[in-house]
Amino acid sequence: MNGLSQRILRWLDERFGAGAIEEFLRHKTVPIHRQTVWYYFGGMTLFLFVVQVLTGILLLLYYRPTPEDAFESVQYIVTQVRFGWLIRSVHSWSANLMVFTAFVHMFSGYFLKAYRKPRELTWISGMLLLFVVMGFGFSGYLLPWNTLAFFATKVGTEMAGAVPFVGKWFLTFLRGGEEVTGATLTRFFGFHVAVLPGLATVLLAMHLLLVQRLGMSLPPGVERAIADGRQPARSMPFFPNFLLRDIIGWYAALGVLGALAAVFPWELGTKADAFASAPAGIRPEWYFLFMFQTLKLLPAKILFLEGEFAGLLGFGLAATVWVVVPFLDYRAGFGRVTRFFTGLGVFALGFIVVMSALALR
Amino acid sequence: METPESSRPQGVRLGRRWINLLLGTGVLASIASFIYPAIRYMLPPLVGESLSRSAVAAKVNELKRNSGKIFKFGSKPALLVRTVDGEFKAYSAVCTHLNCTVQYREDLRQIWCACHNGLYDLTGRNISGPPPRPLESFQVHIQGEDVVVTRSA
Repeated sequence: MNGLSQRILRWLDERFGAGAIEEFLRHKTVPIHRQTVWYYFGGMTLFLFVVQVLTGILLLLYYRPTPEDAFESVQYIVTQVRFGWLIRSVHSWSANLMVFTAFVHMFSGYFLKAYRKPRELTWISGMLLLFVVMGFGFSGYLLPWNTLAFFATKVGTEMAGAVPFVGKWFLTFLRGGEEVTGATLTRFFGFHVAVLPGLATVLLAMHLLLVQRLGMSLPPGVERAIADGRQPARSMPFFPNFLLRDIIGWYAALGVLGALAAVFPWELGTKADAFASAPAGIRPEWYFLFMFQTLKLLPAKILFLEGEFAGLLGFGLAATVWVVVPFLDYRAGFGRVTRFFTGLGVFALGFIVVMSALALR
Repeated sequence: METPESSRPQGVRLGRRWINLLLGTGVLASIASFIYPAIRYMLPPLVGESLSRSAVAAKVNELKRNSGKIFKFGSKPALLVRTVDGEFKAYSAVCTHLNCTVQYREDLRQIWCACHNGLYDLTGRNISGPPPRPLESFQVHIQGEDVVVTRSA
């Protein structure tokens, strides 16, 4: 067996130099220090993304994206197709866990200042990936065509319509018309299974290539301690040492996914009806709760702005600041930690947690 | 004007700049002509809203006092309310905040939107929560057994 793999390796080496692959794998090392645990969340997000791709392809075998058939086809998947309930629940649970790990990965990168020079583009590609992930969540939510999804899509796209100048255009583009109808479902399906996967693949390739090229970031505190000789610079090879640890985590995640899917199967709800009132207790997926709660609390008018517009402006501004933070906090590039940006991160995280908790009350 | 002999190389460079400019604008124009139809394609043709001026919302004895019903008015949902006094009132059921469909709350005797907790009184006025404008009100007539709702001109 060993002889065979050696022969295959030699065969490859004679053709295009397997040494290059080995060099590529050797190049990456993972620093060991107090904060090493945060390095696992990127790989975990990637693993859950792979689970999404695989279960998504399986769902495509039966799902039908029309308002007449969508709800019934999902019903068919979870009641008739063998293990359909499992595949669908794993897809939903894994999506939620992926959003969670992506947020953890983002905030750990933020607080450990992983965005500073020379990793500005790694940060920006990561933020764009986070938006893509949220786009996946928003578009995928509509696909079962149930009541909750119908109204969530109405509200979400109406928000997009409040953008000045291009809002009306954008709303029509998203909905495929003026209202949320079957045309919207067709579009969201296209976004979910073609546009976003394409975007995600390109961004992911960029993100990973940059990580490979620049290596893992050290937190400024650890960097200083090593420079002052207070701490030795320890690290482990990514391949195979860190990857094997990653795999243990992924294996556990698969177990958690299966358990969640079996014990808490994802609900389907009732079929969407364009001529029914929004049901009491309606609310979006948990990762949109903080925006939802903010919208609820904003009064109709703030100074001369409409409440919803003020909310949109606030979130738009916050998102922009977050994307360009490597350039705002350029001093971090010289190893100087600015309290203001750490404080901003604490505020953002606190805001998200408090608003989500209020919405769940 | 004649170009002097000595500056001919200059002239050659100028010529290249012209060629680049022409080539550049040509390529840009062709790209625009590829992108324009694609962008227009993404925006669906707008169907003229069927502005139905009237609809039968319900039968007269269908609704109890202090209750409401969603009915189809053109392509949009509308709300018919029978007040505690037995009077019929009709409104657009589209919340002016973010487009959700409102409902009549018998306990509050007001119109409520479940999405973001907006409240309207029975004249359609927005009285609490995020809605920025009142609900559009319609006129109600009784024609025999039917409650007929019409849009004011």
